[in-house]
Amino acid sequence: MTDFVRRSLVRKGRWGVAEIAFWAVAAATLFFLPERHLILNEIAIIGLFAVSLDLILGYAGIVSLGHAAFFGLGAYAAGIVAKHGWTDPLLGLAAAAVAAAFLGFVTSFLVLRGTDLTKLMVTLGVALLLGEIANQASWLTGGADGLQGITMGPVLGRFEFDIFGTTAYAYSLTVAFVLFVIARRIVVSPFGLSLRSIRDNPLRARAVGIPVNRRLVAVYTLAAAYAGVAGGLLAQTTQFVSLDVLAFHRSADIMLVLVIGGVGYLYGGLLGAIGFKVLQDILSAWTPQYWQFWIGLILVVLVLVGRERLTGSIKALRPRPKAQPAEQAQALPATTAREV
Amino acid sequence: MLTILFDGIAYGMLLFVLACGLAVTLGLMNFVNLAHGAFAMAGGYVTAVLMNRYGMPFLATLPLAFIVPALAGLVLERTLYRQLYARSHLDQVLFSIGLVFMAVAAVDYAMGSQQQLIQLPSWLQGRVDLFGIQVGLYRSFIIAVCGILVVALQLVLTRTRFGSRLRAAVDDPRVARGLGINVSLIFAATFAVGSGLAGLGGALGAEILGLDPTFPLKFMIYFLIVVTVGGTTSITGPFLASLILGIADVAGKYYVPSLGAFVIYTLMIVVLILRPQGLFARAR
Repeated sequence: MTDFVRRSLVRKGRWGVAEIAFWAVAAATLFFLPERHLILNEIAIIGLFAVSLDLILGYAGIVSLGHAAFFGLGAYAAGIVAKHGWTDPLLGLAAAAVAAAFLGFVTSFLVLRGTDLTKLMVTLGVALLLGEIANQASWLTGGADGLQGITMGPVLGRFEFDIFGTTAYAYSLTVAFVLFVIARRIVVSPFGLSLRSIRDNPLRARAVGIPVNRRLVAVYTLAAAYAGVAGGLLAQTTQFVSLDVLAFHRSADIMLVLVIGGVGYLYGGLLGAIGFKVLQDILSAWTPQYWQFWIGLILVVLVLVGRERLTGSIKALRPRPKAQPAEQAQALPATTAREV
Repeated sequence: MLTILFDGIAYGMLLFVLACGLAVTLGLMNFVNLAHGAFAMAGGYVTAVLMNRYGMPFLATLPLAFIVPALAGLVLERTLYRQLYARSHLDQVLFSIGLVFMAVAAVDYAMGSQQQLIQLPSWLQGRVDLFGIQVGLYRSFIIAVCGILVVALQLVLTRTRFGSRLRAAVDDPRVARGLGINVSLIFAATFAVGSGLAGLGGALGAEILGLDPTFPLKFMIYFLIVVTVGGTTSITGPFLASLILGIADVAGKYYVPSLGAFVIYTLMIVVLILRPQGLFARAR
């Protein structure tokens, strides 16, 4: 690693004022918006799920139409262990992460092959297959009735879940924050940089000596674990899991979330989750039955207008760190212009 | 046993007519159009509405079930789809999922969420015994209609001027344009015909597959499987794939109903692992 690359990575790794403000506001909502904790909890979970999709789509360029497979598996894993007496939430999350990571690792080899289309179909197929299994194995998952009777112990043995969702939200937000920090660290590491080079040009990445397949397997497994944790959080905080967690619209929705917020930078998932949930709230209050129409319309318009334009304007708002003149001279436009 | 085979073939033929438009857009033009099922649904609803509200006979509704989605496809292609041919697959996926969501909600709003039933004419109902096989009359009708369509389609693609122009336009749009072929017109016409065929398939299949606003989502996966498993370089590949799929699905549901859709999904994943370009694709 050259000195230039190291310095530019370190610079990117620094926390900006806007980022700190973002998390400060998130923490403040714990105290100032007590009546919204249920929906905020959902936003934290969806945000984490979207960050997970961004890791593979935005950073590694893998198009997935079945990311709900990992989300749903995590939800079922957390729900099932809780139902069978493992009521500690963090243990449950660990179970969710391990189960989803395992599935991610195994299926990552399928995703390595073929074109975008093959990837789309294989990821979609895996999610559908899992949905069928969850549906058929009703002795384990409750089938179409959903997994009922999940009781959760207090977080860290101290904080009981309450009906207002306050503990749930604090818990989900903390988990999302910790995992976000890790993901942020990862994408500004050499590993993250190599992922982006794979996304931009796999052939060239291979030519410069990046072990493309191993990197993709690693990031796919990691993203699966993240999605599993998000699903686990949902199961624990709502104390219910249904087949819905594996449904196709979950995968489609999370793609929409990410696209609203912007693909290829980690805050995209979080901002998208806020945007999506607020939008959904407004639309479903306005037309309870047909809000999906407007979601669809937004998607179509977003694509036609060009989604880069939307995220470009958000990025333009962020202050750019001043680079040294010497660095600017050798800066490569494609890689350094992209923000974290 | 043979009855199941027969039903499977009918089902597979139906799938092919539903999916062949997608085989062209996705397979040949390389556009991931997840909204294909919406055009099929449109055809189904045209038939259902004309029969149930205006009392038109089943056969008379079929041409309209072709024309209406074809016109819708033409308009959408000219206004929206055309701008996305050169975009990334992700954009195409997002765009067409958006269209599916809109179509589902719009049909739900206009027609209600209940299943649409159509009453087949009496001469298409019932079964006859043919050499010991129980042959459904409606299913044989479907096989006949779809068989004619398959042959016609194949002839148009391989034997006519339009077919060779289309293949040229698909293979290398720039060179085709240089040769004086109106590529965008050909794409528009092809897209319209594909949408129309989907509509016709939707109308024919309404009785077998069921018809409600979630149709595009429910069958999206089947169309996609047909095209990806069949390979995206020819039209015979998707045809064979739909037959295999239809027979496997019917047989699977009959012999091991507890497995449900396992058979299909597993089949697809295995095929795609072994042959990422599809089962019948020529090596490129």
